[in-house]
Amino acid sequence: MRCPIFSFCADPDTLGQLQWFLCYFTTAKHAGLYIAVGTVLLLLAVTAPVALAFGFAGAVAARSSFLPVTLFGRGYIAIVRGVPDIAFFLFFIIALDQFLEWIRHNIKCPDWTDPIRQGNDFVVCQAAKLPLGTAPQWVHESYGFALAVFTFSIVFGAFAANVLFGAMQAVPHAQTETAAAYGMTQRQTFWRIVVPQMWVYALPGLGNLWMVLIKATPLLFLLGIEDIVYWARELGGIKTARFTDYPHGDWRMWYFLALLVFYLAFTKVSEVFLDRVMKRLTHGQATAGGEAQRKGLA
Amino acid sequence: MKNLVLTTAAIALSAGMAFAGSHSVVRMGTEGAYPPYNYIDDNGEVAGFERELGDELCARAELTCEWVTNDWDSIIPNLVSGNYDTIIAGMSITDERKEKIDFTTNYTQPDPSAYLAMSADVDVANGVIAAQASTIQASYIAEMGATLLEFATPEETIAAVRNGEADAVLADAAYLGPIAAESADMVMLEQTVLIGGGVGMGIRKSDTELRDKFTAAIESMKADGSLNALIAKYEIGEPF
Repeated sequence: MRCPIFSFCADPDTLGQLQWFLCYFTTAKHAGLYIAVGTVLLLLAVTAPVALAFGFAGAVAARSSFLPVTLFGRGYIAIVRGVPDIAFFLFFIIALDQFLEWIRHNIKCPDWTDPIRQGNDFVVCQAAKLPLGTAPQWVHESYGFALAVFTFSIVFGAFAANVLFGAMQAVPHAQTETAAAYGMTQRQTFWRIVVPQMWVYALPGLGNLWMVLIKATPLLFLLGIEDIVYWARELGGIKTARFTDYPHGDWRMWYFLALLVFYLAFTKVSEVFLDRVMKRLTHGQATAGGEAQRKGLA
Repeated sequence: MKNLVLTTAAIALSAGMAFAGSHSVVRMGTEGAYPPYNYIDDNGEVAGFERELGDELCARAELTCEWVTNDWDSIIPNLVSGNYDTIIAGMSITDERKEKIDFTTNYTQPDPSAYLAMSADVDVANGVIAAQASTIQASYIAEMGATLLEFATPEETIAAVRNGEADAVLADAAYLGPIAAESADMVMLEQTVLIGGGVGMGIRKSDTELRDKFTAAIESMKADGSLNALIAKYEIGEPF
């Protein structure tokens, strides 16, 4: 069953160039690419705030005066920063998935007697499967996406924690001492003095992380999500006339060129946006940038 | 509220179904990048020899099947981890793979592997040969002593020959055939090699019930000639 958007697409062999391309770019297969663009943007939109939250929590933990919490925070930062991303994405995700299924297995199938590990196989009862084997494909995909967001957040959260940790230390000591002199508690000093001022020190580092995150999205494919690079490779590959109505040679170069433009445009927009935020944050700060702004106004 | 009730009912129902049979839905894992065995068609659906074969096998074994695609490199780890229940991706039965997973009986004869090169006088024994990573062809080249150049997808192996990185590519003749037919600049070498024990479906070792069901379905298709008809339609190789 084929339901082309344009009626003239029924017989591509007879078409002129322009119409051929119109038809080519509106095949259901190309929709996969367009959806993947949305997936990547959605991943970024969700991951960035979640990773920032992880990072904030990590930085606060690492600064804590309570030793176990400090160790936990510092351990999180050190371990995740030290493990190569690829290894993390390959092993952590399968381990996490199996861990969740193992918990569900223990709750839902207490009478199960067979071992869960049988040689290479990881076998839990069908009711413990995540998502259930009976679930439609979109549930499987959403689950995979959620795992991806979580993994990305843990990885980038560790880097963000390190940046925020440094930023919190960079807030001038005189400020916190003055706050203490005014009788603020440690908690008040942290929320009223340190947090509002640290962003200006954190932003360059966080901006960098955001750029790296944008470029790291092709790692999605390792997690079984069909991202834009997968589709560019798949759509651009040689197509012989036996298997498609739109045969073409090796067009991967053009597809990757389009990806290049997409990523470059995206990073450019991000840069402009980050510059604006930086300008706002520097306003009235006791930094070189803030001083320059003050002089410019005067 | 109504929504909540509905959702709860749906969850209860699906949980009940999951208890009913050990496999209410069989998820079929494939690569989707190896025509004519399996590929993604213009509609974005899995198509090809194995799609038709798999749907027929599921009908005969009275199973509900769903198709999923997975990267070739991680296709076995994701099977044993339970993300899908079968591999039906032109995977040849080899002893090495049998250590990790089980196979159904083979549904193709050992397909001759062929070389595709830019000219007919390539010295394959001493040249640089491209192959897809973790395939029988890759291990064959490694053992034969030629220089092996591995790629993640079949597509890249062809490109490597085109741009001169490799002298030739070794892959299933059924895969190379249509490409050779449409590329005036490339030739299939006369010599072919027989490796592997035919293609079968990969199934978890613990899942003997499912393996036996599919083996029975394949045998029934062999017996009534419908498998041979499919093999001829997709030019997969010798009939049974």
